[in-house]
Formats: sequence, structure tokens, C-alpha cells
Amino acid sequence: MQSFTWINAKSIEEVKGALAKHGKKARIFAGGGDLTTLMKERIDTPEFVVNIGDVKDIHYIREEKDGLHIGAMTILADLAEHEAVLGRYTALAEAAGAVASPQLRNMGSIGGNLCQRPRCWYYRGAFHCYKKGGDFCFAVTGDNRYYHSILKGELCYMVHPSDTAVALLALDARITIAGPQKEKTVKAEDFFIGPRQDVLRENILQPAELITEIVVPTPPANTRSTFLKTRIRGSWDFALASVAVRCTAKNGVCQAARLALGGVAPVPLRVERAERALAGKKITRELSQQAAQLATAGARPMTMNRYKVDLTRSLVEKALLAVA
Amino acid sequence: MATTKGDERLRMSRRSFLKGMGVGAATSTALATGLVKPRAGKAAVPPLVEGLSYVPVELKINGRRYALTIEARRTLADVLRTELNLTGTKIGCDRAECGACTVIVDGRAMYGCSLLAVNVQGREIETIEGLAKNGRLHPLQEAFIEYDAYQCGFCTPGQILAGKAFLDKKKSPTLAEVKQALSGNICRCGAYHHIFEAVLAAAKKL
Ligand SMILES: Cc1cc2nc3c(=O)[nH]c(=O)nc-3n(C[C@H](O)[C@H](O)[C@H](O)COP(=O)(O)OP(=O)(O)OC[C@H]3O[C@@H](n4cnc5c(N)ncnc54)[C@H](O)[C@@H]3O)c2cc1C
Ligand code: SF4
Ligand code: FES
Ligand code: FES
Repeated sequence: MQSFTWINAKSIEEVKGALAKHGKKARIFAGGGDLTTLMKERIDTPEFVVNIGDVKDIHYIREEKDGLHIGAMTILADLAEHEAVLGRYTALAEAAGAVASPQLRNMGSIGGNLCQRPRCWYYRGAFHCYKKGGDFCFAVTGDNRYYHSILKGELCYMVHPSDTAVALLALDARITIAGPQKEKTVKAEDFFIGPRQDVLRENILQPAELITEIVVPTPPANTRSTFLKTRIRGSWDFALASVAVRCTAKNGVCQAARLALGGVAPVPLRVERAERALAGKKITRELSQQAAQLATAGARPMTMNRYKVDLTRSLVEKALLAVA
Repeated sequence: MATTKGDERLRMSRRSFLKGMGVGAATSTALATGLVKPRAGKAAVPPLVEGLSYVPVELKINGRRYALTIEARRTLADVLRTELNLTGTKIGCDRAECGACTVIVDGRAMYGCSLLAVNVQGREIETIEGLAKNGRLHPLQEAFIEYDAYQCGFCTPGQILAGKAFLDKKKSPTLAEVKQALSGNICRCGAYHHIFEAVLAAAKKL
């Protein structure tokens, strides 16, 4: 690990100050579950590491009139076990509970989970690919069987590794960003960007910005949600494919649905075509199969991951039947 | 003469060799002697080498306070092993994937290899060395012996600590819950079956 100066910020103002001062040389340190390894491998070599763990007012889960407010430093294990989250924002509790291992869920924050870097093994290894400023994607000609995309890949074919991001898209969450400018709030789906927009990063954050809060709106009455994930090993692993769905239904008829996929594209992917196909219809096995086809329409699998198309379809089908 | 030196070195244990090497970058707080006064002031420490960032760090481990001056980049597992001689904490993968480095911080199991020592100040840290009380093993340790819950033993401290953090909160767990709680700890020898039995047996005694 390259040596760095440790800055233990106590307030958002101090974090913003340190980030503004040191710009690209500074990195936020939340739980360290990803950043410590990135630094050990020298994939990331910040000169200033700004700890946000001791910033008081970003550790909370509060249910308010407009929905669930989650401080960026909230620990994943707490989200996974929180009664209100389990009850009304089920997909998020399930996604947080499906992240990594118990130890990592005890360390990792929701903000850090959303901002973690890709798990493409070329990126994690000693390969100077597009993502690191190089001019080649090793996954295209190399081994792309697990953590590479079947949808929306171009230049870089990574898949976004965050499980909670997929749930937040389905739950229509908003992400609050603080920085040198006035605080702003964006939809979760607008937070993540694909390689065409900027191959060097996975979200819209500028070097001096940070996530401070995530807000999940109160779901309408008669709404259920769920998150499903398949992985190589049952005990813990990143998603080969995952799906989060939120469905408002009356007498088995879907009034509105939101559906998002993980593990298949460089961003957590909302699939509106599939959502539209569900609205106003009774959710049957047949309809969920149709929605699953639509969700993966236009898939362009790579040399070794064609199986992910079927895997994703069956997850979508299963999830829809579970919430109907 | 070079050969004599070499022979001497061979005769040293690996541990004392590492200790003899001055264990890397630590400045000289009294750790070689076993310990450990709380530092009074927290004056900035001038770097030994230009560009390196040293910080005074106070850790509370198994109820004891340790004060040392280390580089900010050092992980808790590394500091436990090479500065404090608490070598019960193992380092397997050093990248948050195996659980050998599991320690308990404020009641929760975490990976010591991925925590920075500077970032766990003021928190209650438990390592395997802190489990036995007054010469008596913890019921989990006894159960691991009774059920032969290891082969090489490398993963054992981590397994026991993951189990302890879990049993401290959960009474009468099911097998499925035990498996879930220990899912962040890999055993290359594949002693899982005995490990789960040992945790279930210890749960009955706690
Ligand atoms: C072996 C292993 C398996 C894993 N499996 C999964 C999995 O299956 N699913 C999954 O979703 N995740 C998985 N993870 C990710 C992990 O669990 C954590 O969620 C993740 O590492 C980040 O959380 P953290 O708080 O530790 O962030 P850190 O490691 O501290 O930070 C990660 C990145 O986010 C940035 N950052 C952190 N907080 C903020 C903020 N508030 N604003 C802006 N930027 C910020 C940091 O600068 C850094 O670049 C895995 C990790 C490992 C090591
Ligand atoms: S998929 Fe992306 S991260 Fe992986 S090698 Fe290609 S450019 Fe690099
Ligand atoms: S050494 Fe920490 S998890 Fe393997
Ligand atoms: S006993 Fe050898 S790794 Fe578990």
C-alpha cells in the first residue's frame, strides 16, 4: 500500500474542505471494505485518505413521512436487520443482506457499497485496461465468464458489483450529493453512468463530491418488493445476475411495477420495457416469462457468458411471481 | 563470518527473526518489552522517512490499552501480529476473502486485514488471545477441542471469533443460522462439519 496522510473528518464540512483542497489526490474512506484492498493492490493510490466514519450525522436509518432516510455511513448489517426496512422496503433489506460476508456487512456502508469499484478480474489484476486509462479491454478476448456484461457493454464490459444499487433503482430511491456546489439530489438510476459517458468512473460523482444520504420514498399501498441473486458459491459472492422488483398489485392485477437488473451491465439497469408490459395485467407465469424476455431483449453476450441470459430471465420470472 | 551469521539466523524462530528485524516502520514505543503506556499528548510525530505519514495510535485490545506510533496505512491484523505480538490473529488472503484475520470490534466480527489500525481507536477490540479467562478456556475453545473442529488450525482463531460474536447475541441458534454466521470464514481443510457442531455445542453451554 502506498503511504498516505490520514484525515479523520468530524463533519461534512471537514470532508468537503479536505476533498476540495486535495482534489483527485484524496479519497473517501468509509468502511474500507473495498478501498483497503484497492490501495494494497495499488489500483488506487490516493495521497490523502479522508475518513468519514467519525462524521456524526451520516449514521442513521429513519422512517419519515416521505419515506426512508439512510445516512451514507449506515452499516449494511444494520440495514439488513432493520424492522421497517425488512417490512416496507424489503428488496433493500434483502440486497443489503446478500452483500458479501457477515464480516464485510459489519464493516461496509451503503455509500461505499454504491461507490465500490468494478470486480472485473483484469481491472483487479495487473492489466492496464480502459478502466485504468489504457486502450484495451482484456475481457473481450479473455475470460469473461463471471463478472462481465451481457447488456450495454461498450469499451468496458464490467458489471456493476453493488447489490444495494439494484434494489435502490427498483425502489425509486434518490441519492443526495454534497460538494463545493449546493447540495443536489438525483434519481438512483441517474447516479450511475456507463463507459460511454466516462470509462474511468462508474457514477456522476466529481472528485470533491460525496454521497450524504439516500432516500427511499414510501411505497404506495399494496406494494411488495424483493431482491434475488445468483452467485457461484452459496455462502457469499458477487452476483452473476440479480434482480430487484417492486410491484403494486390489487387482486393479483399489477398496477405499477419497477424492475432492475444487476450483474449483467456496467450499470445497475432499470428495464422499463418490462415494467410497461406488466402494468394493468394479472401477473401469471406466462406474463412474467414475457417480462423476462423483454428485460433481456437486445442482450449481446460475450464469448463465455451466454448462460447469463437464461439465468437473468429465470430470476426475473421468479421475482415477479414472488411479489404478485 | 557471513556463514556464522546465516547459521544464527537459521536457528532463530521465524517470529523472533521478524521481531529482530525491527518490524518495519514502527517507531520505538515500548512494544518489544511487551508494553504499553497510554501516550499523554498527541503531538504530531515527525516522519522517519520523508513522505511517510506516522500517527500516534491508541488501541484497546482485550481490555488492555496499547499506545504506538505507526504509519496510517497499516492494517489492524498486521499491527496485532508484528507490533503487539498477538499472533493468534492470522493473515490468509489479506484481501477480505478468507476470514483468518477475523477480530471482534465493538461486538461485531470484522476482517482485521481490511481495517486500518488508525481507524479502530477508541473501540473495543477482541482477539483470540482475550478469550480465555483466568486460565480457563472459553466454551467455544473447549468445544473446538472436543469436536476436533480443525486440521491445520490456521482458520481456527477466525472461526472461533466469528462464532463468539454470533453467540454473544444469539441464544439457541439453528444449524442454518450457524452456517450463515460463519459463512465469511473459509476452512481450507474442510473441517466445516465439526466447526458447526462445535459452535452448536458451545451455544448450549453459554
Ligand atoms: C470479498 C468481497 C466480496 C464482496 N461481495 C459483495 C457482494 O456480493 N455484493 C456487493 O454489493 N458488494 C460486495 N462487496 C463490497 C463490500 O461489501 C462493501 O460494500 C464495499 O467494499 C464498500 O463499502 P465500504 O463502506 O467498506 O466502502 P470503502 O471501501 O470505504 O469505499 C469504497 C469506495 O467508495 C468511495 N466512497 C465510500 N463512501 C462514499 C461516499 N459516502 N461518497 C462518495 N464516495 C464514497 C470510496 O472512496 C471508495 O472508492 C464485496 C467486497 C469484498 C472485499
Ligand atoms: S471489462 Fe472494463 S475493467 Fe475489465 S478489462 Fe475490460 S475495460 Fe478493464
Ligand atoms: S486475511 Fe483477512 S479475510 Fe483473509
Ligand atoms: S483447519 Fe485448516 S484451514 Fe481450517
